[in-house]
Amino acid sequence: MSYRNDPYDPKQAALLDPAALEAAVDDARKAFDAASDLDELAALKSVHLGDRGPVSLARREIGSLPPAAKSDAGKRVNLARQSVQGAYDSRQAELEIERAARVLVEERVDVTLPWDRRPRGARHPLTTLMEHMGDLFAGMGYDIVEGPELELEWANFDALNIGPDNAVRGSMDTFYVDLPGLVMRTHTSPGQVRTMLTRQPPIYVVSPGRAYRSDELDATHSPVFHQIEGLVVDEGITMAHLRGTLDHFAKAMFGPDARTRWRPHYFPFTEPSAEFDVWFAQHRDGPRWVEWGGCGMVNPKVLVAAGIDPERYSGFAFGMGVERTLMFRNGVSDMRDMVEGDVRFTANFGMEV
Amino acid sequence: MKTSLSWLREFVELPAGLTAQELDDALTNAGMEVESIVDQAATVTGDLVVGRVLTIEELTGFKKPIRFTTVDVGRAEPQEIVCGARNFSEGDLVPVILPGGELPGGFKIGARKTYGRNSNGMICSAAELGLSGDHDGIIVLSPGAAKPGDDARPVVGLADVLVEVEITPDRGYEMSLRGLARELSYAFDAAYTDPASIVTAPGGTAEVPYEVKLEDTVGCDRFSARVVRGIDPNASSPLWMQQRLVAAGIRTISLPVDITNYLMLELGQPMHVFDLNRLSGGLVVRRARPGEKLTTLDGVARVLDAEDMVICDDTGPISLAAVMGGETSEWQPGTVDVLLEAAHWDPVMVGRTARRHKLFSEAAKRWERGVDPQLTLVALERAVQILTGHAGGTADERVLDLDHVIAPAPIALDPALPARRIGLAYDTEQVTALLSQVGCTVTGVSPLEVTPPTWRPDLQAPIDLVEEVARLGGYNDIPSLLPPARGGSGITPQQRRRRTVGRALAENGYVEVLSYPFVAPAAADQLGYPADDPRRSAVRLTNPLSEQEPLLRTSLLPTLLGTLKRNLGRGHRDLALFETGTVFLPRLAQAAPPAMGVDRRPTGDEWDAANAIVPDQPWHLAVALTGDAEPAGWWGAGRPASWADAVEAVRIALSAAGVTPDRISVSAAELAPWHPGRCAAIAVDDAVVGHAGELHPAVVSAYELPKRTSVAELDLDALPLPPVTQARRISSFPPALIDVALIVGRDVPAAAVQQTLAGGAGELLESVSLFDLYESDQLGEDKKSLAYKLTFRAPDRTLTTEETLSARDAAVAAVSARYGATLRGA
Repeated sequence: MSYRNDPYDPKQAALLDPAALEAAVDDARKAFDAASDLDELAALKSVHLGDRGPVSLARREIGSLPPAAKSDAGKRVNLARQSVQGAYDSRQAELEIERAARVLVEERVDVTLPWDRRPRGARHPLTTLMEHMGDLFAGMGYDIVEGPELELEWANFDALNIGPDNAVRGSMDTFYVDLPGLVMRTHTSPGQVRTMLTRQPPIYVVSPGRAYRSDELDATHSPVFHQIEGLVVDEGITMAHLRGTLDHFAKAMFGPDARTRWRPHYFPFTEPSAEFDVWFAQHRDGPRWVEWGGCGMVNPKVLVAAGIDPERYSGFAFGMGVERTLMFRNGVSDMRDMVEGDVRFTANFGMEV
Repeated sequence: MKTSLSWLREFVELPAGLTAQELDDALTNAGMEVESIVDQAATVTGDLVVGRVLTIEELTGFKKPIRFTTVDVGRAEPQEIVCGARNFSEGDLVPVILPGGELPGGFKIGARKTYGRNSNGMICSAAELGLSGDHDGIIVLSPGAAKPGDDARPVVGLADVLVEVEITPDRGYEMSLRGLARELSYAFDAAYTDPASIVTAPGGTAEVPYEVKLEDTVGCDRFSARVVRGIDPNASSPLWMQQRLVAAGIRTISLPVDITNYLMLELGQPMHVFDLNRLSGGLVVRRARPGEKLTTLDGVARVLDAEDMVICDDTGPISLAAVMGGETSEWQPGTVDVLLEAAHWDPVMVGRTARRHKLFSEAAKRWERGVDPQLTLVALERAVQILTGHAGGTADERVLDLDHVIAPAPIALDPALPARRIGLAYDTEQVTALLSQVGCTVTGVSPLEVTPPTWRPDLQAPIDLVEEVARLGGYNDIPSLLPPARGGSGITPQQRRRRTVGRALAENGYVEVLSYPFVAPAAADQLGYPADDPRRSAVRLTNPLSEQEPLLRTSLLPTLLGTLKRNLGRGHRDLALFETGTVFLPRLAQAAPPAMGVDRRPTGDEWDAANAIVPDQPWHLAVALTGDAEPAGWWGAGRPASWADAVEAVRIALSAAGVTPDRISVSAAELAPWHPGRCAAIAVDDAVVGHAGELHPAVVSAYELPKRTSVAELDLDALPLPPVTQARRISSFPPALIDVALIVGRDVPAAAVQQTLAGGAGELLESVSLFDLYESDQLGEDKKSLAYKLTFRAPDRTLTTEETLSARDAAVAAVSARYGATLRGA
């Protein structure tokens, strides 16, 4: 026990000896540096920085010093204390960095493990392709129109100048039903007839959708298929506008090299009429012309049946098979893949086509 | 239409070095579809040479007589060839194919040993060379036709190019050499000879060679005939004619019949040859009487329709006019006196007759597309000349010609119309020149008076003339120009809804399928529809592809289940499918629509009345699930798909369609084909829009599906369109969370409890969610515990504990009052 007024006894102040303090700092630094983790380091803290640590004990001895020596001894003890604390802190920082790095190593996982716990679905490529086509025309200012699949015979045939004796009206080509005056529409054109009956020119529409013809299903035919057809009726419309529209459509679908080639043809609803091919540079069997669809200038008889003045207005129409487009654009070799609904076929396309 | 290039060259001076591609392009650009262009010389490869038979040794002891021959083929040594035919003698010239050659059909010729002798090649028949299918024996060439060792192709007629094109239904004139050559003359700017101008035909005479009465000048506006007597019944058709008929795919029959077919190909005029001595009394051309009978040349006894045209003699109908002759009056072997007929029939009548009797003869195909009415006399004169030239006989000087043909009317054409419609500057001179080139007579200035040629009945209106200008001017010269943009209104809300719903389901694991809408009548029973279920009332196809599936679907489920089954059959186990498509719901009243013409727009009343009979065809959405909705994996077990996934699919769709959860109510329902205890009716604004849940076990069994297969169907068109969504104020104050567990009867629907809880909690409630469901009799008999997490928040302050507890107590009180709920643990 020592008291402030105790006479100075150098033996009692051995710990304040500069060499002893230096040794204590040294010991502490060595011990801290030897600590291999934060737990070990924490355990050493009380040994070197605690109340029973050498520096703390040395501080106690200051009281036993003569007043003149106290100040100097206090400074030395403080310096020693700061050194030990500094050694501790720097070792702690080192170990924390090491621990953080080790945790990161320990927490390493196999990121290649699958996690497909919620399977993805897919949209049918015909749907996606029709939307793609429709969006393109919507962007050009066209509206997308639809109509019933079970349709008035008048709208499917008569109004399109397909007279009662036209062979396509036979049961070899057209599905009839047990209701008079109705057929399964053989093309999406009746949707255009409906448009002409409900609005006045200018008319800029496309009609994507389902159509029906009584063909047996095989690799290239399906009794149920999809078409997209376009109709423009306005003042001053020419075949050049039709060509420009088809070329633009072709480029959007098949790339900048695409263009169309026309062959004169016959359709009752257009005059003049043409079938057209598209130059498809990415065809999987090499660049080539591919038959794509039919087109022409709207027959004035069709305009008359819809109550549109054929002297004032002219128009063009075109149509192509969506299945056919998908077949050559995306390399589908068998029509049956599109109708059978095997999930592998659709899943392959995901959300885009 | 099939023909040969050499025949075409007789009427159009095509370039000498014409390539197949040039010919193809010319025909295509004229509007024909080129089916094939075949160089016959290339159909037989290797050495096909002329040989002279030197020796013939008859081999015996085989099943049939065999000859061993030596043949001089222009080589140092004669060729030894074994041959089965017997129609040749020593010294004859024959076509021989030598080893290494190949005949049509991939028949390779080698040197081989047969019947005990060496055979180095083959002596060929016309059939083996692909020249005809009918000939017996090998071809014996005329003496001096060539010398041994010469290429035999030109000698046997294998040096031609065969062309097959498909003709559009408006251009009947192209179904003849006359028309094809004319079209090619435009493309190559080549000189053209009209085969109808080769001979000068005598006109009709006052006295007729045979009495004919024309009773119906609508069905037949021209009837011409000539008589030739005393022909050699054994005279056969010359080889060149046979070859051209065979090249055209027409069977050779006899000289008189072959001549009519030959001229039909050359001129486009179908003809008929009667045996004069088998006719009894004068001929009458009239409509058939209903029920009249005629046995046509194909041996079929036909019952005639009042619309059919017939040629009759005293015995009644002897020919189904324009379509097919009858058995009793036709040329037959031994016929020496013939009546040659060339008429002009109404195309509409012929088309109907051909379809009615399913007789699509070469003649009918031409009549239906339109035949030049001014060809009858030319065709008859040509027939008489060829017949008497090859079979002798005497032509009767008298010519029958009953002519009621109305000349084509001139069309008034604004000379500026072609440019206005085509978008390429055609001036009057060009328009006049192009129309004259196709045979029109053009007079006048503005408008031009354009009279189409008699072979172009398709040219009726100014726009038809525009097409000819565009076609001859060249379609591919038309510039490419986008029309000026007009304002559009984008896709409709309904279209956008279908897209969003489809994407949402696909993103939630469903794969889209598009199934045919055809269903079997048995489906209604398989799905367990009650007898009076309106979904049993379906539209029926009168000509279905499959008699098993004649109905149009009234629900997407039967066709979707079919697709589900197909996938299961292909080994898929975990499936989630969806389909959006229309269903067909017949109207109760089934009247015929009003007759609407095409010369004007239908009146509003007509159009409304017509649409009133069109069945309602709403867009539906359906899903079907089986197997695991979430697969097993290294993370643990999978989760089987269930009724709950089906209900959630509808919620996903409704959410994508812009229907907020507060407008949706789900309630238990009983409806086929669902399990009565696992079927939810989903309503929007209290109107039921669909059902979802697990399939009834009986339906699962009827369709042989995996147990617990679940489905949903939703009427997309019944959904309200989303309103403009109003923004919600977001509070920045902290929430207060309180859990409550309520004990209610097991038959109280969770949705009802939650709705009542939310209603009772008041405006401070931000959200409520069910986090635990516990059923145990320890709670009380037939009781269950529902544990909810309530989140309260005020827009303008931090809630006090007292406020929160008071709101919670109000919520619990509401459920207690309504469903007798007690607070668990209270």
